Amino acid sequence: MLYFLQHYWWLLVSLLGAILVFLMFVQGGQSLLFGIAKNNDEKTLLINALGHKWELTFTTLVTFGGAIFASFPLYYSTSFGGAYWLWMAILFLFVIQAVSFEYRGKAGNLLGAKSYETFLFLNGLLGTILIGVAVGTFFTGGSFVMNKMSITNIANPVISHWTNGWHGLDAIAVPFNLLMGIVVYLAARTLGLLYVIKQIDLDYLVKKAKVQIKVTGVAFVLGFVALLAALFTMTGYSVSPENGLISPVRYKYFFNMVELIWPAIMLVTGVVLVLAGIGTALFFKGKNSFFLTGGGVVLAVWSILICAAFNNTAFFVSNIDIQQSLTLYNSSSSEFTLKVMAYASLFIPFVLGYVIFVWRSLTKTKMSNEDISLPDSHKY
Amino acid sequence: MFLASLLGLSRLQFALTAMFHWIFVPLTIGLGIIIAIMETYYVRTGNEFWKRTTKFWMKIFAINFAIGVATGIILEFQFGTNWSNYSWFVGDIFGAPLAIEGIFAFFLESTFFAIMFFGWNKVSKNVHLLSTWLVAIGTILSALWILVANAWMQYPVGMEFNPDTARNEMVDFWAVALSPVALNKFIHTVSNCFVHGGVVVVGISSWYLLRKREEEFARKSIRIAAVFGLISLVVLIWSGDGSAYHVAKKQPMKLAAMEGLYISKPGTPIVAFGILNPNKTIARLESDSLGYALEKPYLFNISIPQGLSLLVDRKLNTFVPGIEDIIQGGYTYVDELGNEKVALPVRERMKRGKIAIDALALYHKAKEASDEEGKALALGELKENFSHFGYGFIEKPTDIVPNVPLTFYAFRIMVILGGFFIAFLGLAIYLERRALLSRNRWFLYLSIVSIPLVYICTQAGWIVAEVGRQPWTIQDLLTTGASVSGVSTSSVATTTIMFFVLFSVLLAAELTILFKVIKKGPSA
Repeated sequence: MLYFLQHYWWLLVSLLGAILVFLMFVQGGQSLLFGIAKNNDEKTLLINALGHKWELTFTTLVTFGGAIFASFPLYYSTSFGGAYWLWMAILFLFVIQAVSFEYRGKAGNLLGAKSYETFLFLNGLLGTILIGVAVGTFFTGGSFVMNKMSITNIANPVISHWTNGWHGLDAIAVPFNLLMGIVVYLAARTLGLLYVIKQIDLDYLVKKAKVQIKVTGVAFVLGFVALLAALFTMTGYSVSPENGLISPVRYKYFFNMVELIWPAIMLVTGVVLVLAGIGTALFFKGKNSFFLTGGGVVLAVWSILICAAFNNTAFFVSNIDIQQSLTLYNSSSSEFTLKVMAYASLFIPFVLGYVIFVWRSLTKTKMSNEDISLPDSHKY
Repeated sequence: MFLASLLGLSRLQFALTAMFHWIFVPLTIGLGIIIAIMETYYVRTGNEFWKRTTKFWMKIFAINFAIGVATGIILEFQFGTNWSNYSWFVGDIFGAPLAIEGIFAFFLESTFFAIMFFGWNKVSKNVHLLSTWLVAIGTILSALWILVANAWMQYPVGMEFNPDTARNEMVDFWAVALSPVALNKFIHTVSNCFVHGGVVVVGISSWYLLRKREEEFARKSIRIAAVFGLISLVVLIWSGDGSAYHVAKKQPMKLAAMEGLYISKPGTPIVAFGILNPNKTIARLESDSLGYALEKPYLFNISIPQGLSLLVDRKLNTFVPGIEDIIQGGYTYVDELGNEKVALPVRERMKRGKIAIDALALYHKAKEASDEEGKALALGELKENFSHFGYGFIEKPTDIVPNVPLTFYAFRIMVILGGFFIAFLGLAIYLERRALLSRNRWFLYLSIVSIPLVYICTQAGWIVAEVGRQPWTIQDLLTTGASVSGVSTSSVATTTIMFFVLFSVLLAAELTILFKVIKKGPSA
């Protein structure tokens, strides 16, 4: 039962992570500020179109944090307390986002509209890259040591810490992590452009987005191929379910895909959908491109995250002592807690239901500058 | 200096981010309901006046909500970044409410927030009204789950220690979710938010009356807010009484610090008003015990005889222990199960705590050596002494005493201001009903002054709760010192400064935006 619940919760947490990457189209859209959205009207329209959705992304990030805390508290403890600066930088970039939509257009905002636009841009560019870097550590691990029994050392009861002074910033220098960061950013930017094409009623902005999608979309696809190549050729770490011993396995993630097969099917389907979305945007109107590519991103990211931990894989490897690495078995909550939360998770379809209902009732029509200037609208 | 240590800075950062967050949350929660009531008037009467009124307060809500979200995300992740030991030691229990909060409350808030603000022309009036209510309920539900988590830290129930994983594990979810302390804390905090929202609305509306602007809007806003605030205040006081009872049972040291009570007697009085003697510090108990003993606890005080005994036990002669009594032990008390017990001296608890910690280490050594007998022996020892586990990390008995002046004065500020708000809101209702508001300009000025006062009152309440429970993150089981992450002091110092500067700038921006919106008024 515990074995099942540990896997169930990894599936859910990975799904949240995958949905988060999709919803970071908001961040991708923000990175278009100063780029395709130059003058004030364009910026205002873009910011308002994204502004109707930003909280959904933010809430997904927060819930991802809560869910991983509740289901794999040792990861929460080791990664957040160890890769301190990486997570702090991410948090900082999201704090500045949260106020910017509301404050940018308001009189008396102290810093001026441009500052808040810069905040949004930084969140869009660096926020996505750093989240990608953090995701990368699921595969490349980190320089930490962890020993639960340190709690019995009264003078120094700290159970885990990072062994170098960079406290997680070193993760950015790992090429795979950086590649992951860039791919996540490109995915977000591609989705941001597709959202503009789908949602905004301003011809020249849509035209510019269609030109941009050629560059960004192609870069995203190429980056993603490079990422898969790196992922499938790298060495992963396998954990023995009997004695918990951890050992290196070449091509571990490739084998995970092949041995489990269903993540491979998800990945291939995801890639097809991503390509279909970008293709329809390039050659047709692109009305459905956003959801096609978005759905593809969810499937692809989900399948990759599943392979990070399923099939007896250590999902957060200690590069100092591999035996101290984190696996689904040694880092999860107790069976009781996972079960309680599994009951709570049965409400997720209900939550998804009302999220979809609200999304649809607010985005029936494209958004134009006239719409956001109506007397009853809340303008950002 | 303590503040420059890793623990001091980590606590400072937590206090700073929590206090910033708590500037915005009470108004969001209180205003959410007030707005929902106003919109209900609009939907029922179809009167555009109510729509305009609703939309004005919604503007204030949105500006406040954004910065509440911004300051809130830090708090959640901080458990991992700054308190990673804590996150493992009790994550099995503490994480669940946070996840449930995300699934049940945050999505409700953020999803229907979109309809509330962008849906006026896109959904029917009734769907819009429902959305506004759902956002209000969402804000209350998010308070519920985080308060369940907080209450559990102060009153840990429904869990067992697992020596194999070296952490506490949940065994009874409902004991955690429905613990009397959690329910009480929830009611106390949410009713506090309602009062807070009420006082702020009365204050801002009064400004319009002073300026002779928007008088109908202002009067009707005051009517709703003052009635709502006063009803909530009754609940607030009733739940405050309940929380004193629980504090006495589980956190006697917090209660003693709240009262500045060093040596007690049966039929313990309560200090209605007092000034502490600054020379009576707990540090002197160890360095200069004679000088310490000669100092009186108060320079000046007005006490109600037997008041504290009555408050915590409903009996005139109950002995409520003071700070020194708790340190020295030896008095009898009745535990949660109704059994009479003799309190152990803190030194004894420290000894037993160390025995528990050592037993855990021995258990693991025996486990590695496959020594079943040794395991059983160590486990027995651990179980017997586990209720003292956290005391093993305490260096000297006086370390279990929180900051007395801060707790003592914060408590009094909270109670005195609470009393003031009864009179204030009662008077607001009276003057509004008799249409005397505009003629009593002093009251309108007082209303504006009440806005900062309600913020002080709300913050003071959390200071009592959180400073008063030091040095524990989990009462009796884990100290703040043993909870902290192994990061460098300079890193925590840097992030603390970063957050302080960022939050201060954002707060300043929020205030100037609010002032502009208020100045423009509901007709803009």
